[in-house]
Amino acid sequence: MTRWLEHHLPKAVLAPSFLAVLVFVYGFIGWTAWVSLTRSKLMPRYEIDGFGQFVRLFASPRWDTAFGNLFIFGLLFVVISLVLGLLLAILLDQRIRVEGVIRTIYLYPMALSLIVTGTAWKWVLNPGLGLEAVVRGWGFENFRFDWLVNSDMAIYTVVIAGVWQASGFVMALFLAGLRSVDQEIIRAAEVDGIPTYRIYSAIIIPSMAPIFMSAFIVLTHLAIKSFDLVIALTGGGPGYATDLPATYMYAMAFSRGDIGQAAASAMVMMAVVFAIVVPYLYSELRPRHD
Amino acid sequence: MTDFSTANRSMPPPPSRMRRTGGVKRALLRWLLFAGLGVFALFYLMPLFVMLTTSLKSLEEIRTGSLVALPRTVTFDAWHTAWSQACSGIKCEGLRPYFMNSVLIAVPAVAISTMIGALNGYVVAHWRFRGANIIFSLMLFGCFIPFQVVLLPMARMLGLMGLAGTIPGLIFVHVIYGIGFTTLFFRNYYVSVPGELVKAAKVDGAGFLRIFWSIFLPLSLPIFVVTIIWQFTQIWNDFLFGVSFSQAGTQPVTVALNNIVNSTTGVKEYNVDMAAAIIAALPTLLVYVVAGKYFIRGLTAGSVKG
Repeated sequence: MTRWLEHHLPKAVLAPSFLAVLVFVYGFIGWTAWVSLTRSKLMPRYEIDGFGQFVRLFASPRWDTAFGNLFIFGLLFVVISLVLGLLLAILLDQRIRVEGVIRTIYLYPMALSLIVTGTAWKWVLNPGLGLEAVVRGWGFENFRFDWLVNSDMAIYTVVIAGVWQASGFVMALFLAGLRSVDQEIIRAAEVDGIPTYRIYSAIIIPSMAPIFMSAFIVLTHLAIKSFDLVIALTGGGPGYATDLPATYMYAMAFSRGDIGQAAASAMVMMAVVFAIVVPYLYSELRPRHD
Repeated sequence: MTDFSTANRSMPPPPSRMRRTGGVKRALLRWLLFAGLGVFALFYLMPLFVMLTTSLKSLEEIRTGSLVALPRTVTFDAWHTAWSQACSGIKCEGLRPYFMNSVLIAVPAVAISTMIGALNGYVVAHWRFRGANIIFSLMLFGCFIPFQVVLLPMARMLGLMGLAGTIPGLIFVHVIYGIGFTTLFFRNYYVSVPGELVKAAKVDGAGFLRIFWSIFLPLSLPIFVVTIIWQFTQIWNDFLFGVSFSQAGTQPVTVALNNIVNSTTGVKEYNVDMAAAIIAALPTLLVYVVAGKYFIRGLTAGSVKG
């Protein structure tokens, strides 16, 4: 009896978590998928009705803006964070004595809640009293920086705040990668008189491809989920100008009482994440020969 | 992987050829380097500086003075208001009760999800059985889903369980969606414990729990620190679950902060908003300052294997 118990104990330990994941992740995804195919409105209905919700979703101008914003915001956020993170990592890699302090400064935003980040930048970017006023105070009377309240530009303020929050994290990833490059090769190249920028562009950066990949995955994932930042910074406004799929979904689910639309938009988000993360996870989990 | 140690970089000075031709150039480049680093440091520090100085100014001074100026007269009134009087919605009790809610949510949720993760990671790393790999993959994928896809059914489920709008409900949600990550952390850490050690212990008659207790736990302090910090940061900073599954009295601090900042009644008190934002950020900032190394390790462990 005890032997039998001992033998099955590992399974028994894992079972509750497995069950929880099965129900609360996969079961729930199934539920949402099901409801996205029904005519649910205020209350869920379970008669399958086809793809009407998705047709309605992609016909909605608000979703159009939100989905478009995801690509504007996602692309800029990911690319700028990657470039800035790599640049900072290379700058910090030049054997600097105060490296620890600077690293701490660059990375601390990552410890903040996006609500705090949004609140801070909302104040900094406030047209009346924020940066615009500061620069005007310096004598540039015609300086304009009203992106926060300008519906064409507001989405870029989300990019600024997002990059501010996440670029230090990318720097940390790259810095760790730079430090793991074989120092012998670099030393040999230095002895041969190869200029530093060539050492970086030809030796170090190509060897960090896996880190680019990880950083890219984490950043896209952050971009797709980003909800808090928009809520705190712009509230989705002006109008719907800075809506993202995440805020659209939330509005449909909890303030507009349109469960069908909420489920359909969540499924589209899911599909986007799926398209990006699954190939990555697949390559990560593939058995290795080691 | 996540060590920034510069030990192996203490190189001899660069070859003399370079030094002879480029003394001035090198100095100039060095200067440029520090200028660049300094500018970026300003960029990252500016919002924190502005938050702090604004929170110490009077409203009058905010309206007349400059955003980046130091306060002429330092006042802590805004901090007082933010902590115990600021209005979010109809109630005006400041952040304090919501700060407490966040503590009440975060502490048990972190403890439970970390313990489950330790046991799970131990099983996945050293007690493989048929299907264990698939189970782990399924759990891992659960870390990556956009939570929007589970919001609606979870709201209904919490209702059915009688936990809608309660703190235990939020603890439950954070535990459920935290175990994927905690399992991953512990699994990646325990994989590096040699399997021979486990085998030898088994030969000596030690069982599943005994091996965990006397071999694995004593080794686990660093990964516990990393996991606890990661979970605490995630849960403290959470907004989506907090805003979706709480009600008037049970909101976490992030939701209350957002409500205070966006409350439309009365005069806009920017100094109170900033003080509230700093209060909400303090616990995670403190963790970052005290245990930055482990914080970074958690961030990278989630994304880089090994």
